[in-house]
Order: sequence, then C-alpha cells, then structure tokens
Amino acid sequence: MAFFNVKALAVATATSAAALFSTAAQAVEIEYWQYFFDARVQAMETLIANFQEANPDITVKMTHFPYADYRTKVAAAIPAGEGPDVVQLFYGWLNDYVAAELIQPLPADVFPASKIDEEFFPMVQAMKEGDAYWALPTAVRSLALFYNERLLEEAGVEPPTTLDEMIATAKAMTKRDGAGNLTQVGMTAGMTAQDHHWWREGLIRQFGGEPYVDDYQTVNYNSEAGLEALNFYASLFTGDDAVSAIGFMDEPQAAFKAGRAGLHIDGSFRIGSLNNTRGLKWGVTELPATADGTRSNYSSYWVNAITTKAEGEKYDAAVKFMEYVTSDEAMQIWLDVVGELPAKPSVGLTEANSSDPVFGPFIKGLAYANTTKFANESGQRQLMVEMVERMTLQGMSAEESLSMAAEAEQKILDEYYNSASN
Amino acid sequence: MYRNLTIRQKQIVWAWAFLAIPILFYSIIRFYPTGNAILISFQEWNLLGDRTWTGFDNYQKLFADPVFWKVFKNTFVYLLLGTPISLVVSFVIAYHLDKTRFMHGFLRMLYFLPFMTSAVAMAWVWRWFYQPVPVGLFNNALASMGIPQFPFLQSTTWALPSVLAPAIWAGLGFQVIIFMAGLRAIPRSYYEAARIDGVSSWTVLWEITLPLLKPTIVFIVVFSSIGFLRIFDHVFNMTTNNPGGPLNSTKPLVLMIYETAFSAFDMGYAAAQTVVLFLVLLVVSLIQLRLLRDS
Repeated sequence: MAFFNVKALAVATATSAAALFSTAAQAVEIEYWQYFFDARVQAMETLIANFQEANPDITVKMTHFPYADYRTKVAAAIPAGEGPDVVQLFYGWLNDYVAAELIQPLPADVFPASKIDEEFFPMVQAMKEGDAYWALPTAVRSLALFYNERLLEEAGVEPPTTLDEMIATAKAMTKRDGAGNLTQVGMTAGMTAQDHHWWREGLIRQFGGEPYVDDYQTVNYNSEAGLEALNFYASLFTGDDAVSAIGFMDEPQAAFKAGRAGLHIDGSFRIGSLNNTRGLKWGVTELPATADGTRSNYSSYWVNAITTKAEGEKYDAAVKFMEYVTSDEAMQIWLDVVGELPAKPSVGLTEANSSDPVFGPFIKGLAYANTTKFANESGQRQLMVEMVERMTLQGMSAEESLSMAAEAEQKILDEYYNSASN
Repeated sequence: MYRNLTIRQKQIVWAWAFLAIPILFYSIIRFYPTGNAILISFQEWNLLGDRTWTGFDNYQKLFADPVFWKVFKNTFVYLLLGTPISLVVSFVIAYHLDKTRFMHGFLRMLYFLPFMTSAVAMAWVWRWFYQPVPVGLFNNALASMGIPQFPFLQSTTWALPSVLAPAIWAGLGFQVIIFMAGLRAIPRSYYEAARIDGVSSWTVLWEITLPLLKPTIVFIVVFSSIGFLRIFDHVFNMTTNNPGGPLNSTKPLVLMIYETAFSAFDMGYAAAQTVVLFLVLLVVSLIQLRLLRDS
C-alpha cells in the first residue's frame, strides 16, 4: 500500500511537472504575494486556477508569508526587481506604498475612475487619487452585532435594533454573584477589540458628529457628539447597573465564545471561528440604530495593486489578473470561501447574499459604512484604550479624557502626514 | 613566504587564522547590526522608502516624549525590584537546599523547572490566574471567601508587580543552581575551623559564606540586571491586547522599541530608543562590576 502511494505520488509529480514545463514554454509568469491566512490562500488558489484556464498564456505564481514578515519582505524585494507583480496590502498602508514607489496606479482605460466610483461600495474611494485608482479590493469587512441565542431566550428578549433596546436587552442578560461581581455580561466592551471602530465611525456619527475632517488628517471628535458617544459607551461598563466590564474574561470575543456574553460587536472575519465553537448558538444583526433610525458602520479591506516591478508583457498580464480578481465572479468565490463581503453592491446586494442570515447584516452595513484612514492603526487604537482607562482607573472626566485623546491622535496624524509629504 | 617565518611567527599566523573566525562571526552578527542601528537612529525610515538623515531629531523627540520617561522609569522599577528580590530569594532557597538531604535532587528539579518552561506559555497561564471573576483562579478564590476582587492586571499600581512576580519566579531556578555551585565551591575546611572556634552560624554566614560567594553574587547580579532591563516576553504576553498597559504602567523600554518599530514603522525613532537602552545596559553593568569588584 505504502509502495503504491509513493509510486502514485511520483507519477503525479512527474505529470504535473511536465504540464508546468509545457505551458511555461511561451507563458508569461507573474507573481502574486499575500500574507498567510488559510482561507485567503485557498480562495486565491481557486481564483488563480480559474484565471489561468481563461488565459492559458499567463501563469500566476502565488507566494505567501506570515503576517509579521510581510511588510519587510515586500519592501526589500520590489526595489531589488524581485518579488510580486501584483501585491496585496492593507488599505491603511496605501500612502506608505505610494510614497515608497512600490506600486503604480491602475491604468485608466481598464479601470476608469468614474466606472469604479459607480460600481464599488463608496468607501473604496479612499484608494483614488485624482482620476486614477491605486488599488482595488476583492472583498471588504464590516461590523455587526452578534447575539447569543440561548441567553436571549433565557432572558425572554429579542435581538435589539436600536441603541436603547440594546441597553435594555443587555441589562436583561447581565448576571452578578452575591457579592455583586459580574458572572455574565449583557454585552462585551473593550476598545482593544472592534469597539474603537464602532465608537469612531459608528457612535460618533450616529450622535450627529463627524470623527475626522480634511480627509482624516484632522481629529474632529472633541465635540458635543464625541462626548455624547463616549458617555454612552462608558455607560456600558460604569455605574452600578453596568451591563459589561472591561477585561471581562480577558477578551470580548473570548467571553462571547464561552457563552458568557449576550451581545458582542465584531467583524465579519469572526464568523469562521464562531462557527467552529461547539455548543454556541449565535445569530447576528445589523449594528443598532439611534431612535430616529440613523445608522453608521465601519469598513476595512485589503486591496490588490500592481507593483512598479511589473513592466512590458508582465504588466499587461498583471492588469488582466487585477481585472479578474476584482470581477463579480471572484467576489462571489471570495465570499463563499473566506466569508469576506463582496466589494461591489452588484454582487453583495443580490437577493441571496443580502438576505443571508449570517452575511446579510454585514452586507447591509456596507451601504452606510465609513473607512477610517489610519496613520498608525494600533497607535490610534491605543489612544482610545487609554481614553477609557483614564476614566475608569484614574477617575478622569469624560470631557478631559476625550480632549487628551483628540490631542494625542492629532499629534500622530501630524507627524505622519508631515513626514509623508517630505 | 610562510616557510620563511620563524616558529613563533607561524604560531601567531595560526592563532590569527583561528581567531579570525569568531571575529568575522561577531563582526557580521553583532557589530554590523549594532553599527547600523546607531546609524538608523539619526535617520528617518519607515521600512519601505529611502532613509533620510534627520540629525538628532529622533533623540530630541525621545527626550521630550512623556511616554518614554514613564517607560524609562518602569524599566528601572523592574530592575530595582526584580534583581534584589530574586537575589535574596534564590540565595535563601539555595542555602537551605544545600543543607537538605531529603529528596534533594527532586526539590532542585522543581526549582529549576520554571526556568525551562517557555516564557510565553507561563505568561499566559499567569495571565489567566490574574483574571477577574469568573475565570481568574486567584479572584475566584477571593470571591468564594467573600473578599472583594483584587485588580491584578487592571490597576496602574499593581499591574507591574503582578507581571514581575512570574518573571522573578521563572528566573529563580537558574540563580539557585548558580548559588548552589558557588556554595559547594567554598572549602569545607573554613567551616570546620569555624566550628572548632565555636562561632555562631550567623557569623559563619556573614564572615565566611557571603564574602566567599562574592564572585557568584557579582555574576548573578549582572546577569539578572541585564535580564530585567531587557524584560519583554512576560509583559507582552500578559498584556497583548493592551501592550504595556493599563496606561503604560507595565511598559518596559524593549516593548516600546518593538511597538515603535513594528506597529508605527518608525525605525529611526525605534533605533534611537535602542541606542539609549544599549547605553543604559552598558552603564549599569559597568557600575555593578566596579561596585562589586574586590576592593
């Protein structure tokens, strides 16, 4: 049996090697790089296979790296004339990649800005400069409210649709022991997870504010709306009737997975790991609206771009590949394999997708989502974490803590945009 | 040419030939990156683009940064709490373990075990111990006795000692072994002479054991000081969601360097911090060597 396997393997290797050589004879080979995440690699393998079938004269070689090494490798390879022709990057890194001349704009004849403006969800316009797009996503992510069905049932409440309902629902599911220690939270809280996005692009806008102005170069949340949003957020975990606690069960997603939290705000990328959690019955709904129906959401995405290394026939092949990975077909495959949402309403808002009980709430959220342009996402998140900590650990007032956070964040933005323009 | 050399000259040639290997190794692995880091500290670089010269900008920014001073202070708190505590505890353990015959090897193994455990795994286990109700071991125990919860990692005052405790415990095994080796190296005859003279055991400890252990103590102090000044894995793993928090109260210099370099991608600023850390380590080690050297 073992012998047979070895033999079969040898034959298979030989045939595939032969196939490789025969096509490689006249084919253009382009390289595609992304960071390693199992589902993304799988989805890309499918896309590459489909693409190569349609374009037999082009082969695409995919290379992937651990996330931690990704930036360093890309930065070292492209200037040396090595590495990818098409590269994947986080939307927030675009400025750095453009400034370092690692990527080139997409050709306007194949990707006219007016057409992309029309076809893609509006937040993708962050990738546009003048009349040209630098990069385009295959898929996008947004936030939604996860709920634990068992806990809702036990408390006899329904999934909330407004912020007030959310608080009431969470209260109904909060449990304490005899000494008043929380043993089950109605809702998770913690700026370290996704809440800082919810606060920035969700709550502040819902309370009538605008978190940033000047194309995200100026902090604007030190305002009435910002303060209201912060007070609302802090009310979740302060006071005697708190429905949550920062650091409860270490991490918000851990508490939700363990069935000790009723409600939890998280991104579409969490779906996979929740599906793998045994014994957890969960559902998901859109982020709660205000009483007058105002909604707002946050969206982020990874994009693909053509590097400055691609020239001549490789460039033409790279353009074709970009066309394919931003096509409707590619987006549907990405949704089915990775669970990330299509970047075009024409694919996302199909009847089947938008009424999907799991993806639907996220896809609906895209219609009113905003994308923060971060200079240093983890640094800026840290400021939100500290804004809350100053209130909970040092008893600082919300006004003062908010204005300190705004000032510190402005400093990060100023430093970044001043050095980027040099 | 080689043939015409004298035997002594030939020996020198061979000595250099052999010495060249470690010298080459050290130049490439140690000195070149060190020199490069010093160079980068005078530049601005985000890993992607070109490096540009900025003079002393990174250092000016560093000394004006309140977070840096907070972190600098934390680093020394780790050192000033960690080194003496671990030194005293490990000496006491080694001193008594040295006299114990019952299950000596087994006990020694128990003390050494934490040193062999992965710091990451250990930090995560302790992180869970420290959690509030309902997951934390310590707080569950307190709550079941009706005592209010203790905010181990959620307090700006107690987070640093809470992080430091497992770090001390982890390094203890190594120090105990070194101390025991030092104790064994003291000639028995001194103790016998002291016993004949009828000296108290307290005097034996102060007048014979400790003075003769001085080289061992110097080694351990220098070694553990460098370790505590470079503390990173325990802090990072116990506070990953909010690295160095709450409110930077546990952040050591190495963690600040890591964040500046690999999440802010400000390599120049990170390199400037590295140079400062290097100087601190150098000065602290030199002072300790001088103070503890035989006068």
